[in-house]
Amino acid sequence: MSHPASASRYFVPQPSYWPLVGSCALLLLASGAVLMMNSVANGGFVVLAGFAVLTTMLFGWFGRVIGESEGQRYNLQVDRSFRWAMSWFIFSEVMFFVAFFGALFYIRVLSIPDLASPAQAALWEGFQNSWPSAGPAATDPFSKMHAWGIPAINTLLLLTSGATLTWAHWGLVAEKRSQLIIGLVLTIALGVLFLGLQVFEYAEAYGHMNLKMTTGVYGSTFFMLTGFHGFHVTLGVTMLTVILFRVLKGHFTAERHFAFEGVAWYWHFVDVVWLGLFIVIYWL
Amino acid sequence: MQATSHTGYAGHHDHDSHGHPTGWKRWVTTTNHKDIGSMYLWFSFVMFLVGGAMSLIIRAELFTPGLQYVSPEFYNQMLTLHALIMVFGAIMPAFVGFANWMIPMMIGASDMAFARMNNWSFWLLPPAAILLTASIFVPGGAAGTGWTLYPPLSIQMGMGMDMAIFAVHILGMSSIMGSINIVTTILNMRTPGMTLMKMPLFCWTWLVTAFLLIASMPILAGAVTMLLTDRHFGTSFFSAAGGGDPVLFQHIFWFFGHPEVYIIALPAFGVVSHVIPAFSRKPLFGYVSMVYAIAAIGLISFFVWAHHMYVTGIPLTGQLYFMYATMLIAVPTGVKVFNWVTTMWRGSLTFETPMLFALGFLVLFTIGGLTGLVLAMTAVDIQLQDTYYVVAHFHYVMVAGALFSAYAGLYFWLPKWTGHMYNETLGKWHFWLSMIFFNIAFFPQHFLGLAGMPRRIPDYAQQFADFNVISGIGAFGFGFSQLLVLVIVVQTVRGGARAASRPWDGAHGLEWTVPSPAPYHTFEDPPHFDQAEAHG
Amino acid sequence: MARNSNSNRLRSGSSGRFFAALLGLFSGAANAAWELNLQEPATAVARRVYELHSLLLWVIVVIFVGVFAVVAYSLVYHRKSKGHKAATFHDNTTVELAWTIVPALILVAIAFPATSALVDMRDTSEPDLTVKVTGYQWKWGYEYLTGDAAGVKYMSVLSTPREQIENKAPKGEHYLLEVDRPLVVPVGKKVRILTTANDVIHNWSVPAFAVKTDAVPGFLRDTWFRADKEGTYRGQCSELCGKDHGFMPVVVEVVSAEKYAAWAGEQKQQMVAVAEDPNKVWTLDEQLALGEKVYTTNCAACHQATGEGLPPAFPALDGSAVAKGPRAAHVEMVLKGKAGTAMAAFGEQLSETDIAAVVAYERNAWSNKLGEVIQPAEVKALRGK
Ligand code: HEA
Ligand code: HEA
Ligand code: HEC
Ligand code: CUA
Ligand SMILES: [Cu+2]
Repeated sequence: MSHPASASRYFVPQPSYWPLVGSCALLLLASGAVLMMNSVANGGFVVLAGFAVLTTMLFGWFGRVIGESEGQRYNLQVDRSFRWAMSWFIFSEVMFFVAFFGALFYIRVLSIPDLASPAQAALWEGFQNSWPSAGPAATDPFSKMHAWGIPAINTLLLLTSGATLTWAHWGLVAEKRSQLIIGLVLTIALGVLFLGLQVFEYAEAYGHMNLKMTTGVYGSTFFMLTGFHGFHVTLGVTMLTVILFRVLKGHFTAERHFAFEGVAWYWHFVDVVWLGLFIVIYWL
Repeated sequence: MQATSHTGYAGHHDHDSHGHPTGWKRWVTTTNHKDIGSMYLWFSFVMFLVGGAMSLIIRAELFTPGLQYVSPEFYNQMLTLHALIMVFGAIMPAFVGFANWMIPMMIGASDMAFARMNNWSFWLLPPAAILLTASIFVPGGAAGTGWTLYPPLSIQMGMGMDMAIFAVHILGMSSIMGSINIVTTILNMRTPGMTLMKMPLFCWTWLVTAFLLIASMPILAGAVTMLLTDRHFGTSFFSAAGGGDPVLFQHIFWFFGHPEVYIIALPAFGVVSHVIPAFSRKPLFGYVSMVYAIAAIGLISFFVWAHHMYVTGIPLTGQLYFMYATMLIAVPTGVKVFNWVTTMWRGSLTFETPMLFALGFLVLFTIGGLTGLVLAMTAVDIQLQDTYYVVAHFHYVMVAGALFSAYAGLYFWLPKWTGHMYNETLGKWHFWLSMIFFNIAFFPQHFLGLAGMPRRIPDYAQQFADFNVISGIGAFGFGFSQLLVLVIVVQTVRGGARAASRPWDGAHGLEWTVPSPAPYHTFEDPPHFDQAEAHG
Repeated sequence: MARNSNSNRLRSGSSGRFFAALLGLFSGAANAAWELNLQEPATAVARRVYELHSLLLWVIVVIFVGVFAVVAYSLVYHRKSKGHKAATFHDNTTVELAWTIVPALILVAIAFPATSALVDMRDTSEPDLTVKVTGYQWKWGYEYLTGDAAGVKYMSVLSTPREQIENKAPKGEHYLLEVDRPLVVPVGKKVRILTTANDVIHNWSVPAFAVKTDAVPGFLRDTWFRADKEGTYRGQCSELCGKDHGFMPVVVEVVSAEKYAAWAGEQKQQMVAVAEDPNKVWTLDEQLALGEKVYTTNCAACHQATGEGLPPAFPALDGSAVAKGPRAAHVEMVLKGKAGTAMAAFGEQLSETDIAAVVAYERNAWSNKLGEVIQPAEVKALRGK
């Protein structure tokens, strides 16, 4: 039973409770986190409740969208809207990372050299301009994260995953479902492997290198940037998994598969961010 | 199920089981841009009263020297919440409300591009507002750092600060989703024949504003996230001991903050660019240069941020660069002012309330802009930074600028929204009271600032007493005059003279081609675009 | 117009309410405070800034009047009620170019004086005298690094009595702009100010000198002035620094070279005189007397004279678990403060004698009657750790 999309009429969805549910979820998450961070009451439960509501909302809302899409309710104009929206969303994500890369740049190029300059010598005697640095008051020695171990492997993994995803896309366009499925599975596997290695790397850092969030600006920037990136990889893997399940259910056609492409764009964006990280965090 | 119930016009053929919710359910579930626009506007008005009430606490405390009514800590909290609520809760949502109501009607679209997400953008605001206002009541109270949230002071704050941080995150999500929606609607849903250069200016201002929002809100989110980890997880972004720098926060904040002030100003420019031509009965002068000016303002606004940081010790070369770049913004803004002036020149002017507010905007925004220029000169700003001169400057551009323009838009489009004409006499009263009291409240602050009265203080030296009394009287007068809006809007919603589909004879644009009130679903199919309605 | 610092307007003490204020407003008596412009400059740099501001003011007034003269003309003559018919023009490249280029040229023109004034302001080279200024919540610390008074070091705290602030006593002439110990500098000498802060960002500002520089914790910033005339110059902290931001004025006393030299000599002598013997053994009474003083100047802003604090932001010390608990933890709290809160590390500001005294005071005042004496040596031992 299909309801072909009207070519001239734009799809406007039915009234929906999901937005309100989403707002409640965020309110719960935020209040729970506030309570937790200030060790008041039992914030953890509130956060968990928030996650539960959020997950329900995501399933419900996206389920609805997928249903509408499979019901062919979206005409080409809607498809274009989705493309615009995804591009702008990725742009906003880029700007989010810009804030952290900007902070790293500022710290390395301005604040550390300034703290080590003669002008500040009266306050921080003997502090040397070097990188990595945990700042002038640091006493705890730590070791630097080297580029050519796990990070290099991770770079390879992510680059390869970009390629496998594109290969999967070719499969989709060429109606080769098995190539599509294999490509997706490979991409997801590479993503998961990446995450696994990153967890290992963090464990090394905390366990053996004395490199922590609290290790001055080096620790701060290292964990914030790689951490947020890792979080985005997790999101990407989740979305790819959803796509995989949809593929297995026979969704998408060679012409119409915006969801696949949107996730692919996202994955490539995450890839590019990693290259930036690899260069400025690990390498230089 | 019938196929027709899904062809897109939700609610139109609701024969199926999940019909159209009514009552409060209509409002929480709605996907209609008009409903959502109205919710934004009501929300923003409520927030305006709340934020305004806080400003009255501030002004009451400042009425005379000495500590009168509130403690210094509470004063700081009021100051912070006043600003955050006014900026993020009142002014920005007001213009998003206008965008929701007007953009689909102006460009001949059936609704916003993502009607369901649109609803979420709105419903994210109440949780943020709850977090902000509730923070007054938690142990330690709300953030008392000023809306700029500078560390290390913000590191010292209690849990109210965390609530503000999460509120900012949620507001950011709301703004980003709202903006993506607006950009997509404008770029993808114009009726055939409406090219970008024929599009109403209000849409242009929103296109650029939405771009600014998408680019700058994530930056703010990043800044407050680092604040959060510095507070709770031991990072050292903003602490010199760990190699960071408190001033880094200021760079990031203002990299967001300066575009933010244009996010407030640009839609206001858009509204005025419709009102002035309508009541001059003459097309807007210099449409093309207006578009370029908007784009230029948007672009330059990303490169001037450190004019808020002249006294932080940035190097001389930095001060010079930011001074020159800031001065540059006066040029495109000047173009806009001159275009409005020339639109009125040799027009056939009448002075209904929307026009009065637009004129009030023009005069007072220009004053605010010109004092901005004084502040842009680093050497002078070093005298004036963190004094009441700055407070005067930004209330001129934000209250007499953005808020007056929002009122102009409200009176201009209210007939279209409600189908009734508002009470013109009351409208004029509202304008004149606002105009007079606004100046009483804020003009003297220039003198206070020049004489050296710092901002953000709950008590001051004796020589500042007189102007503070005047300012206080003005603020209370201005505040209570705003209650007239409530009276007028409620009256208009409930009745009044019927409005024609084009109640203003000089108004152009697709929105005036449909009946008043505009039907719930205005354009089911893309309308014919008559060139006479070009440029709105 | 009289200078603000000289304005002499006494108000009735009960001027806390509306009508009193209105009376003051309309009485017109001696309203030297209707100050409409920048404060009278007292340095060459401030004069340049003053002139630059005057120039800018004229420029913007002329622009404003020009633009709104046109508007006024339209409003009067081009109104519908006068039967004016609307023209239809909507473009004119020539005028549009003109009003892009002319403002740009105006801006270029004012950029020149603006630039040179700024370059002058930032030139801190070759000072005659350098003073390090440290911002604390909520007081200023001054330390003379060079010159006659090199080595002199003291705190400068608001001296306006609490009763005036709470409207229980008539406000004095320099209400909120007076301190116990001003910064003293010689006239006509180039004074370089190095600013930094101990806790949060403050800002050291004296309008008559056109000096305003942030004091950023962990960084040194500098600025300078060369005062023309002897006199007392007043300013205020100009960066929100928490609760008592409005209560940390800056007062600079500019004196003749001789007076300055004499003052410096006096300060140095005093320093030697009060240099405490860290090995002195204190009695309880001696300690409580000193401790109360230290407490009032350093701690009462947050923990209040009553010891009740302002919970929950600032905890009560009366009955506090720390103040009644083990002494080492108490001393340590005062020495090292608590990171991430307003509780600063006083070990960097106060001597061991002072810390011992204040801790002893806290352990004996209010209801904390522990009867303990704490010897400076004990503090010294803990500081070493
Ligand atoms: C709607 C908001 C808005 C707008 C539009 C502006 C517009 C401008 N602002 Fe303002 N500003 C704020 C909101 C805004 N500002 C806020 C909120 C703060 C304080 C934040 C805080 O600290 O809390 C602030 C603070 C602020 C500062 C920092 C002051 C300080 O803290 O020390 C400076 C300094 O350069 C500045 C400059 C300017 C300039 C040059 C413009 C220009 O865009 C103005 C351009 C307009 C004109 C110049 C008038 C019209 C032009 C003509 C008629 C043409 C001819 C003119 C000439 C040739 C000169 N602003
Ligand atoms: C767009 C934003 C906006 C708007 C609209 C306003 C509106 C007003 N502002 Fe605000 N203001 C800011 C943005 C804004 N402000 C910012 C960004 C700051 C800087 C904060 C900082 O330093 O960090 C600031 C700071 C600020 C100060 C400086 C405080 C200080 O530095 O110590 C003052 C002081 O006079 C002030 C006054 C006012 C007044 C009187 C109004 C009036 O226009 C308000 C009028 C409206 C009302 C008064 C509401 C009327 C309602 C009632 C009368 C009834 C109440 C009833 C119920 C609640 C049911 N504002
Ligand atoms: C700027 C504000 C401020 C000043 C000034 C200040 N304190 Fe505190 N003090 C605090 C805060 C905030 C805390 C709570 C820290 C925390 O969260 O544990 C505190 C905690 C304490 C405690 C522990 C109390 C308890 O029960 O936890 C002691 C003891 C103390 N201060 C002593 C002093 C002394 C002695 C001085 C002066 C020499 C002083 N304080 C000055 C803000 C201040
Ligand atoms: Cu110190 Cu404000
Ligand atoms: Cu700005």
